[in-house]
Amino acid sequence: MSSPYLGAIDCDIHPAVPNTAALTPYLSAYWREMRVLRELDRMDLMSYPPNVPLSGRPDWRPKTGSPGTDFDLLRAQALDHFGVRYAICNCLYGAQAFYDENMAAAFCHATNDWIQKEWLDRDPRLRASIILPLQNPDLAAEEIERLAADKRFVQVLLLSRCELPLGRNYYWPIYRAAERHSLPLGIHSGSMFRHSPTQCGYPSFFVEDHVSQTQAFAVQLASFVSEGVFAKFPELKVVLIESGVTWLPAMIWRFGKDWRGIRAEIPWVKSTPGTIIRDHVRLTVQPLDGPSNPQDLQRILEHLGSEDILLFSTDYPHWQFEGDAVLPSGFPENTLRKILFENPLATYPRLKETVQ
Amino acid sequence: MSTHSVVSSEPEGSRSKPVGSGVVDCDIHPAASSPTEVAQYLPERWRKHVSTFGVRLPNQPTINIVPYPRMAPGHGMRMDSWPPNGGAPASDLGFMREQLLDACNIEFGILQPLSGGSMTTNQELGSAFCNAMNEWQLEKWTRKDKRLKGAICVAQEDADSAVATIERYAKNRDFVHIAIPTRTMEPFGRKRYWPIFEAAERWNLPICMHAPATGYHCNTPSGWASYYIEEHIAFSHPPQTIVTSMILEGVFERFTRLRIVLVEGGFAWVPPLAWRLDKQWQIMRDEVPHVKRPPSGYLREHFWFTTQPVEESERPSDLLDTIRWIGSDRLMFSTDYPHWDFDDPSRAFKIELSREDRKAILRDNAVALFRLNE
Repeated sequence: MSSPYLGAIDCDIHPAVPNTAALTPYLSAYWREMRVLRELDRMDLMSYPPNVPLSGRPDWRPKTGSPGTDFDLLRAQALDHFGVRYAICNCLYGAQAFYDENMAAAFCHATNDWIQKEWLDRDPRLRASIILPLQNPDLAAEEIERLAADKRFVQVLLLSRCELPLGRNYYWPIYRAAERHSLPLGIHSGSMFRHSPTQCGYPSFFVEDHVSQTQAFAVQLASFVSEGVFAKFPELKVVLIESGVTWLPAMIWRFGKDWRGIRAEIPWVKSTPGTIIRDHVRLTVQPLDGPSNPQDLQRILEHLGSEDILLFSTDYPHWQFEGDAVLPSGFPENTLRKILFENPLATYPRLKETVQ
Repeated sequence: MSTHSVVSSEPEGSRSKPVGSGVVDCDIHPAASSPTEVAQYLPERWRKHVSTFGVRLPNQPTINIVPYPRMAPGHGMRMDSWPPNGGAPASDLGFMREQLLDACNIEFGILQPLSGGSMTTNQELGSAFCNAMNEWQLEKWTRKDKRLKGAICVAQEDADSAVATIERYAKNRDFVHIAIPTRTMEPFGRKRYWPIFEAAERWNLPICMHAPATGYHCNTPSGWASYYIEEHIAFSHPPQTIVTSMILEGVFERFTRLRIVLVEGGFAWVPPLAWRLDKQWQIMRDEVPHVKRPPSGYLREHFWFTTQPVEESERPSDLLDTIRWIGSDRLMFSTDYPHWDFDDPSRAFKIELSREDRKAILRDNAVALFRLNE
C-alpha cells in the first residue's frame, strides 16, 4: 500500500440513503403507511442535490444511483484505496430538515438504525454520527440515549443552518446528553431552510448558497461562545464538518477585538474567544479552501494558532480535490501526524476507546 | 499632531499642511442636532407623516432604540464625543473640526450618513428622506468645510427613485459617492439593482456600502442572534454576500467600471472568501456560465475596503499576510467617528506598515478612488 494516508482516521465520509424504501424495515407501522400515503419516496437535502458536481466526484459516482449509495464502491474507494484505519459516516438526509418534528424523529431513528445495520455491521472500520431531530431537543436527546450504548456511534450530527442559533439554551438538552456520553457535536454544512441563507435574502445559485456556508458556521461559533455553552458544558467538543477552514482566523480576530471592547455584555465569557474556540472546536480539513501557493497555505494555517484543531477528511464522495491529493504537499511530518491520527483520536473519545 | 502625518514626521500646524500630507478618513457619521433637523428638508406631506407615523424600520421591535442596544452611551458613541455646546456627538461642525479633522490631520473626510431613508419600509418616504439627507449634508457640512465630502443617499429598494436621486446630485462634486446599506432586501447582484449600477458607472461614482442597524432578514441564517456582540460579528457577513452575489450574477461582466467600497465590514475575510469562491466556481462553473473568469479576479478589480475596525490578529504580524493577499492598494483608512470603536490613524495598525503602504492606505487610495484632487 503506497497511500500517504495509511492508518489515518477519515472524519467525514457520506454513505447515502438510496430512497426511503430502504428505511422501511426501521420504521413503525404508522410511518410505513405514511411513507406510502404521503409519497415520501426521496428525501435528498437541497444542500446536496445528487447531480450537482459537489455531491459526487465523477470517478466516485456509482454506475446507478446517487453518490454514496453503493457499499462496495465506498469500501473500495474510501477505505481500501486510502488505507484508512477508521472512517466516520455522516449521513445527510432529509429527516434532519422536516418541519414536522415527529416525522423528523421517526426518520432520524430509521436512518440511524439503517446506518447501524447496513453499514457499521458490514465493516469494522466504519464509525458513524447519530443524526438528530433538531426540531425537538427532547426527542433529539432521547435519540442519543437510545443509541449511546453502541460505541461505534462516535458523534452526533446537526446541520449548520437551523431554527435558532445553536448556543441558545433551547438546545441544551442535546448538549447535556452529548457531553454525558462523550459525543462531540458534529455540525455539517447544510440547511434546514428555516430562514434566508444570507442577511440579504436568498442567493440565486447553488454555488452562491454553498460559498455562503462559512457565514452560517461563523455565527454558530459566536453563538456557542456568547451564550456560554462551553462554560456550562466544559467537556463538550464541536466539530465543524465541511465548513472550510481558512475563514476561521479572521472570525477569531474580529470576535477577539469585539470581546475586548464589549465583553461586559456577556460577563460569563471569561477568556478570549480564540482560546475558547481552540479548546472546544475542531474542523475537518476538506474543503481546505486555501491559496494555491503552498507557502501561503502554510501561513494561513498558522493563523489558526494551533496544530490541534484540524481533522483528516476526504469528504467522500463529495468533490473537493483531484486524485489522491487529500492534503496538499508541504505539511511538516509532525503536523501531518496530528491531522491524520492524533487530533481525531483526541477529539473522539469513543473512537479512541475502541482502538485500545 | 505629527504622529498623524503620513509622510512626514515634522510637526506642523494641520491647517497649513501642504496638500498631499494628510489623512483621508473614509467613514465619518455626521449627526443631526435635533430629532427634527433633517425632517425640515422634507416636503410638508412627509414632515407630517414622520411626526405622526415615524420612520418604520425592519426588525425594530422598539421605537427609540436599536434592536441590539450598544455598550456605550448615546447608542455606541465615544465617551468624549459630546460637543461642549450641546447636541449629539458629531452634530457640531466646530467640535468635529477640533476633535477629528484638525486633531487627526484629516485632509478629506468622507461622510457616511446613516440614513433611515435607505432602510425604511415605506419606500416613498425613503426616497423623500434620502433627498432630505442630501440637502442637509450640503447645507450643514460640505458647503461649510471643504474637507468634508458627501454621500448621495438613495432608497436602493426602489431603483427608479434611486437613479433619479443620483441624477439630481451627481454633478455636484460635494458628493463623491453613492451610499447604500449592506443589508439590502435581496443579494446586491440581483437585477433589480442594476439601474443603480448603470447610473454609478455613468457618473463615475463609487458605491459605498455600510452596515445599517436593522435588516429585512435574520442576522444569522439560523434566526436572530441574542447579543450585540454576535450582531457586530455578523456585520462582516453582508459585505461577503455582496461580493459573492455581484460576482456570481455577472454584474462586472456588464458593468466593467463599477467600483464598490465596503465600509466598516472588516477586511480579513477577503482572502479566504476569494480562495473559496475560486475553488467552488471551478467545480460548479456550469451553473454560472456568465462568470467568465475566476471570481478572485473580479474581486481584485472592483472592490475596496475601509479599515476600521481593523481586525487584530493574535500575532500582530499575521495581519501583514492578510494585507499582502488583499493588496495595499485596496484598503482605505477610516475612523468611524464618533462611534465607540473609533480608530485613530496613529494607532489603528499594530503592525509596521511600509512607508508606501501607509501612504496608500491612509491617503492616496481614497484620493484616487473618490477623485478628491479634481
